[in-house]
Amino acid sequence: MASVLRFRKLCYVESAVKCTSVGYESFEIDEKLDEKEEDVLSANNFALEINKKRKQPKRQPKEWRCLDSCCWIIGYLCTTWWLLLFCYHCLPVTLLRVPELPGPGVRLKREGLTALHPVVLVPGIVTGGLELWEGRPCADGLFRKRLWGGGSFTQIFKRPLCLLEHLSLHYETGLDPQGIRVRAVPGLVGADYFAPGYFVWAVLIENLAKIGYEGKNLHMAAYDWRLSFQNTEIRDHALTRLKSKIELMYISNGYKKVVAVPHSMGVIYFLHFLKWVETPPPMGGGGGPGWCAKHIKAVMNIGPAFLGVPKAVSNLFSAEGKDVSYIRAMAPGVFDSEIFGLQTFERVMRMARTWDSIVSLLPKGGEVIWGNMDRSPEEGHVCDFSKKSHSKTSLTTNNVNNSDVNRGFLVKDLANYGRIISFGKPASVLHSSKLPTADSKEFSRTSTSENFNNFSCGEAWTEYDEMSRQSIQNVAADKAYTTTTLLDLLRFVAPKMMRRAEAHFSHGIAENLDDPKYNHYKYWSNPLETKLSDAPDMEIYCMYGVGIPTERSYVYKLSPNSRCKSIPYQIDNSVHGEDGSCLKGGVYFADGDESVPVLSAGFMCAKGWRGRTRFNPSGIATYIREYRHKPPTSLMEGRGIESGSHVDIMGNFALIEDIMRVAAGATGDEIGGDQIHSDIIKMSERINLGL
Amino acid sequence: MSKPLSFYRSYFLSKTMFLRRRNGTDSSKTRVADPNIEKDGADNDDKKKDQYKMPQRRNYGSKKWSCWDNCCWFIGFICSIWWFCLFLYNTMPDSIPQFVTMAITGPLPDPPGVKLRKEGLTANHPVVLVPGVVTGGLELWEGRHCAEGLLGKRLWGGSFGEFYKRPLCWLEHISLDNDTGFDPPGIRVRPVTGLVAADYFATGYFVWAVVIANLAHIGYEEKSLYMAAYDWRLSFQNTEIRDQSLTRIKSNIELLVATHGGKKVVVLPHSMGVQYFLHFMKWVETPAPRGGGGGPDWCAKHIKAIMNIGAPFLGSPKSIALHFSIEVRDIAALRAQAPGLLDKDVLGLQTFKHLMRMFRTWDATFSMIPKGGETIWGGLDWSPETETVNNSAKKGTDNSTRNTGGNGNICDTKGVNYGRLISFSKDWAETHSSKIERVDFKHVAKGDKLTNSSNCDIWLEYHEMGNRAIKAVADHKVYTAGSILDLLHYVAPKLMARGASHFSYGIADDLDDPKYDQYKYWSNPLETKLPNAPDMEIYSLYGVGLPTERGYIYKVAPPSDCSIPFQIDTSVDGDSEDSCLKGGVFSGDGDETVPIISAGFMCAKGWRGKTRFNPSGIRTYNREYKHAPPANLLEGRGTQSGSHVDLLGNFALIEDVLRVAAGATGEDIGGDRVYSDIFKCGHFCRHFGMSVKFEKTGFEVLENVLVSILCVVLKKEHKEMTSH
Repeated sequence: MASVLRFRKLCYVESAVKCTSVGYESFEIDEKLDEKEEDVLSANNFALEINKKRKQPKRQPKEWRCLDSCCWIIGYLCTTWWLLLFCYHCLPVTLLRVPELPGPGVRLKREGLTALHPVVLVPGIVTGGLELWEGRPCADGLFRKRLWGGGSFTQIFKRPLCLLEHLSLHYETGLDPQGIRVRAVPGLVGADYFAPGYFVWAVLIENLAKIGYEGKNLHMAAYDWRLSFQNTEIRDHALTRLKSKIELMYISNGYKKVVAVPHSMGVIYFLHFLKWVETPPPMGGGGGPGWCAKHIKAVMNIGPAFLGVPKAVSNLFSAEGKDVSYIRAMAPGVFDSEIFGLQTFERVMRMARTWDSIVSLLPKGGEVIWGNMDRSPEEGHVCDFSKKSHSKTSLTTNNVNNSDVNRGFLVKDLANYGRIISFGKPASVLHSSKLPTADSKEFSRTSTSENFNNFSCGEAWTEYDEMSRQSIQNVAADKAYTTTTLLDLLRFVAPKMMRRAEAHFSHGIAENLDDPKYNHYKYWSNPLETKLSDAPDMEIYCMYGVGIPTERSYVYKLSPNSRCKSIPYQIDNSVHGEDGSCLKGGVYFADGDESVPVLSAGFMCAKGWRGRTRFNPSGIATYIREYRHKPPTSLMEGRGIESGSHVDIMGNFALIEDIMRVAAGATGDEIGGDQIHSDIIKMSERINLGL
Repeated sequence: MSKPLSFYRSYFLSKTMFLRRRNGTDSSKTRVADPNIEKDGADNDDKKKDQYKMPQRRNYGSKKWSCWDNCCWFIGFICSIWWFCLFLYNTMPDSIPQFVTMAITGPLPDPPGVKLRKEGLTANHPVVLVPGVVTGGLELWEGRHCAEGLLGKRLWGGSFGEFYKRPLCWLEHISLDNDTGFDPPGIRVRPVTGLVAADYFATGYFVWAVVIANLAHIGYEEKSLYMAAYDWRLSFQNTEIRDQSLTRIKSNIELLVATHGGKKVVVLPHSMGVQYFLHFMKWVETPAPRGGGGGPDWCAKHIKAIMNIGAPFLGSPKSIALHFSIEVRDIAALRAQAPGLLDKDVLGLQTFKHLMRMFRTWDATFSMIPKGGETIWGGLDWSPETETVNNSAKKGTDNSTRNTGGNGNICDTKGVNYGRLISFSKDWAETHSSKIERVDFKHVAKGDKLTNSSNCDIWLEYHEMGNRAIKAVADHKVYTAGSILDLLHYVAPKLMARGASHFSYGIADDLDDPKYDQYKYWSNPLETKLPNAPDMEIYSLYGVGLPTERGYIYKVAPPSDCSIPFQIDTSVDGDSEDSCLKGGVFSGDGDETVPIISAGFMCAKGWRGKTRFNPSGIRTYNREYKHAPPANLLEGRGTQSGSHVDLLGNFALIEDVLRVAAGATGEDIGGDRVYSDIFKCGHFCRHFGMSVKFEKTGFEVLENVLVSILCVVLKKEHKEMTSH
C-alpha cells in the first residue's frame, strides 16, 4: 500500500517536472488567469488563449491524462459495482429470490406421492464428469480436479493441449495411456450439472428430493463414458459396483425394486449391464438368470440411442456436427487457420477417435433399419423449419431464382435418408442405379495397394495421414454410402480404430439369437443382437422429445486444403435443398430430439420389443412416451419446461412427472400408456425386420 | 467495458459541446452588446471576462483532483495493478511458484507417496477412510422455507455456502430433534457421500486430502478407496436406522474385497470414526435383526488392519466442557480477552446458548465423554499421568530445556490433580481430597425457577434448574470422571437419558454378561470384546507433544436471566509461569484434543496380547508422532504436525499408512514407536511433563472470530424475525 502511494507521488512529481520543462506558455497562462485584476484582455485574445489551451491540454499538470482517465473510470466503476454488490447483499435473501416455477415435485408431494422404489440414474456420453488421478507434469496441481464437466472448463482454456492429451485414450488399447489416470467423478455431483448453470440431472434430482428421495435411495451410476462398456468393468469395476449398489439399495429400502433412468448412451450402457449381470462370472456379473426380474422394476430410457445416432458418423468421419459446420462456413479462418497452428479439428478428431464409446453410437441395424440407397423408413417426412424463421427466409431467398415456378408441383428432391454419407449433392439425390457402387472389395484393393504414403508428415495424427491422396479421392468419387457400407468406409479410413472398437461393439442384426456367438459381450449393447432378460414384470419406457429437426444424413465434399495432418473431408455446407426439403447446409434432417432421430429412439419400444418378439422373449411391457418440443415461452423458464431437445428434456416437467410417478409405484398403464406424436408407428411398419 | 467507455466519452463530449455552445452564445451576446461597450467599458469587460471565465472554470476547475476523483483514481489504479498482476500470475507457468519455494526453503522433501513409489510400492489392499466428528460434510435434501433454493448444497463443510447469510436458518437445520435424536420434521440433512465428503473441511483446510493424494501416488484411485461417510451428528446406531450407513459400509467393504481379488481392506478411522468403526465391527458380526448378520468371522475375512488415527477410544475431556458450558480452551480465552463480545446481553446475542442447544441435540457427542471412570482417568488424588510427578517433571524439564533452547514453556505438573476433571475454584483443584467437604447435589430439588426464565428465547435444560440447584452443583466442588456423569445427569436429565440409551461409559466386569450384546456398549472398548480375527492388526497412531485439555476450573457465572450458569474461570493460572494450569484449564500431553491416555491406552495395555477385551490376541501397535511446528509458512500446516487434524498431513504417519496399505505388517514398519510414557505403567500409565507451547493454529483463531461475527448477524436476524 505504502509503495503504491509513493509511486503515485512519484508520478505527480514527474508530471510536474515535465510541465516545467515543456509547458512554459501554459504556466504563463495560468498566472495570467489567476490574476484577475491585471488582465483586461479583449474577447478575441481570450478566445485565442482558450484555443491555445485546447490545443495543448496535455501539458497541464492537473490535466486528465489518458492513463488517469482510465484509472478514474475503473475506480469509478469498481466503486459503483461494490456499492451495488453491498446493497444486494444487505437486502434480505427472501426479497431477491427469483420466484421459481413450482416443479412437479411440489405438486406430486401434495398429491401424496412419496419415495418408494430406489432410483438409479445412468448418465450418457459427454455429460459425466471426469477427474484426474495421475497425470503428466503439465497437469500439475490438477489432482482430483475436474478435467471434464461439472465445474469450470477454465483449465481447458489454460492448457488446452495438456488437457487433450489427458482426455485422449491409448489408440491401440482403448485404455488410459501410460502414466495417466483419468477417472469418472462418482456420486450425484458426477453429472448433475455439465457446466455451471447448465443442468443435466439436477432438475430431476431436485424434484425427486421433494417427494423424499435422498442419498440412500438415489444413485448416480457414474462411469467413464470414453471407454467401451466392457472396459469400464475391466478397469474400474464399474458394472460390479453398479450391481452391488443396486443390490444394496434393494435390500436397504425394504426389498423394493429399482427404477433405472438411463439417458442417451447410458441406455445402451444399461442394456449392456442387464446382459452382463446375468452372465456367469468370468465374463459377466454372475447374478443368475433371475437377477433383473428380482431387482428391477422399470427401465425408463430418456432420449435413448438404442440404434445409434447419425451424429456419431459425422463426428468420427470429420469431427463435425451441424453446428460446427455452420460456424466453419461463417468464419472459415477461425478453426483451421494455419497461422496459429491450431488445427482444432484435427486435434479434436484425434481425441474423439480414441474414445471407443463413440463407436457404440454408430447406427446399428444396417440398411434394414436405416434404409438403403433408395428408400428409408422416414420417407415422405415433411421438414418444417418454421421455428427457425430466419433460416427459412434465407432459404427462400436462395431459392427464389430457381424454383419460383410452380413450386407446389415440382417433385421435391426426396430425402434419401438411407444414404448416410453422400459425396456431393447429386450423389444424394440421383437414383441408385446411376451411381457407382461402393463395395468393400474396392476398399480392400486400394488399401492394400497404397498403404504407405509417399509424402511424409512426420508423426501421424489421425489415420487419414496414413492414407494416400489417391485413396482419399477414391472414397469420395461421387459415391453414397448407406449405414452398412458406412462401416466398410470407416474400416477403410480408420482401420486401427475400428479394429479396436469392433472388438467391443457390433452393429448388425442377429439372424438367430440362440447362436452361441451372441454370448460375447460385444453384442450386449446392441438391442438387435441380444435378447432381453427374462423378467416379465419389468417395464421398459422409451421417453424422448420430438419436433426438432435432427441430423439424419450428410452431404460431404473433399476439403480444399491438402496439407498434412488435415481432415480430407468436410460437410458441404453450401448444399441446400429447395424450400420445404429436409436438406440444409449439407445435412438432411428428420424428426427427433436434435441428437437422436425418432427411429433410433422409438423403434425398439414401438416394434422390436413390443409384445413377445424374439428380442423380447418374456414379453416385457414397453411404453413409448413422446414429448413434443416447445421452446421456452419466457426467459424465466430458462431452458424450457417443455423442451424436447436431447439434454434439455431432463428439465421437461411432463417427463419428470412420469418418472416420479413410476418411481412412486405407478405402472406404465397408470401413467397413460403410450403417448405418441410422431410417425414412429408408421416408420416401424416400413421396417422389414423378422420378429 | 465498451459501454462505460462510450458513456464516458459521451459525457466528455457533451460537456465540451456544452462549452462550445456556451461560447457561441456568449460571443453572439457580445456581438449584440457591442454598441454598449463604450458605455460601461470596464464593467462590461469584467462581465465578459466572467462570462468567458465561467465556462473556463467549469472546464478546468472540474479537472482538479477532488477527493472523490482521487479516490476513484486510486481505486482504479490499485485494481488495474491487481488485475495486471493477476494476469501475469495466470500466464506464468505453474512451475515458477514451485521454483521460488525451492529457492527459499531448499529442496522440499518428496511427499511420502512419491518417495515410496520410487521404492516400488504399489496399491495393494483397498483402503477405507472413516471420517471423524465435525469433519464430514452434510448436505440439505429437504428444508424449511428459509432454506429454499439450497437443496443439495452443503450445510456443513465445504465453503458453508449460502448459509453464513442466514445463521438462524442454518442453526435450525443443523440441529436435531431434542427428543428423538433424528431430524426435525420437514428437514432432511444427509451426509455427503464419496471422497469429497471429508477431503477438505473448508476451502484449503485439508482433512483427508493429503492422505488421498499420497495414496494416489502409489496407484490408488476411486475404485480402491472408499470414504465411509456417515452423519456424525447421530448416535451410531441411528445412522443405521435412518440412513442404513452401517449396511452401506458393509456392502462397500465386501465389494472392495471382491473387486480386488480377495485382498482385505485397510481401515483408517480418524477421531470419532474410531469409535464408529468399533461399533461397526461389533454390529456387522451380530445376527441380523439387530446387527449386520455378517457371521462371526466377517472381520477376519474382510479386514487386514485398522489404523486408528488420533483415536479417542476412551473419550476426550473436551467434550465435557462442551456439554457443560459449550466452552473449550480457546473459546474461554477469547471470552476472557473480549468479555463482551460473545455474550453481550445488550445485543442479546446469546451465541453460546444457541450453540449449546444445537450441540446438545447431537447424540454423537456423547460418545466422546470420558469412558472408564476413575479407573482410567484418575480419582480425586491420583491420575495416571501424575503418579511420579517429581521425577518426571524434572526429566521433562531437562528434555525440554534442551529442545527449546532454554526458554522453557514447560508444563509444570506440580500440584495438578488431573483426576479432577471439573473443580469449582482453584483451591478445590489443589487441596487434598481429605480436606474437601463435598455436598451431595443429587437430592437438591430443582424447580426453583429462575426469574423470567420463560422469557428466554432458547430453551435449555439449565433454565429448569433453580438457583439452589446451581449452588449445590458448585458446592460439590470437585468432579472426577465418574461423578461427572452424575453431574451431567443432574443438569441435563433429558439429554443424558437420550444419550445413555446409545452410549455407555463404564468398564465391564464380566464381558460375557448377555447385557453387553446391546448396541449401546458396542462403541466402548472397555465393554466389548474385539472380534475373533487373529490376523488382524490394530494400530493407534496419534500425535504427542501438544497441550491437551485435561481438566477445568469452573465458576458460577454472574446470574442473569437466560445465561448458562457455569463458565470456565479463565482468570485462574498456575503458580509458576510454566504450570499446566492456564486460563482455567489443566493441560496434559496429547494431540490438542485427545489426551494420550485415551488414544494410547487400549493399544498399549487394554488390548495388548490376549486380554479379556481382546480374546483372539489381535496384535496392536502404538505409533506416536511428536509434534513439530511447521518450519516456515510455506509448509502450511506442517509436515510433522501432531495436532489432532493436522496429523493427517504428517509425512511420517502417511508413510506408515502407505506401507501398510501396500502390504507391510506392523513389524515391517517398525512395531511400536513411542515418545510418551504410555507404556511405563505404575498404577496404570503415567506420563511426564512435556514441552508445551501454547500456540493456536491460525485457523482455530479465525474460526472463533468467524463464529462470533456470525453470531452478531444471527441475533440481528433473529430479532427481525421475532418482531414480525
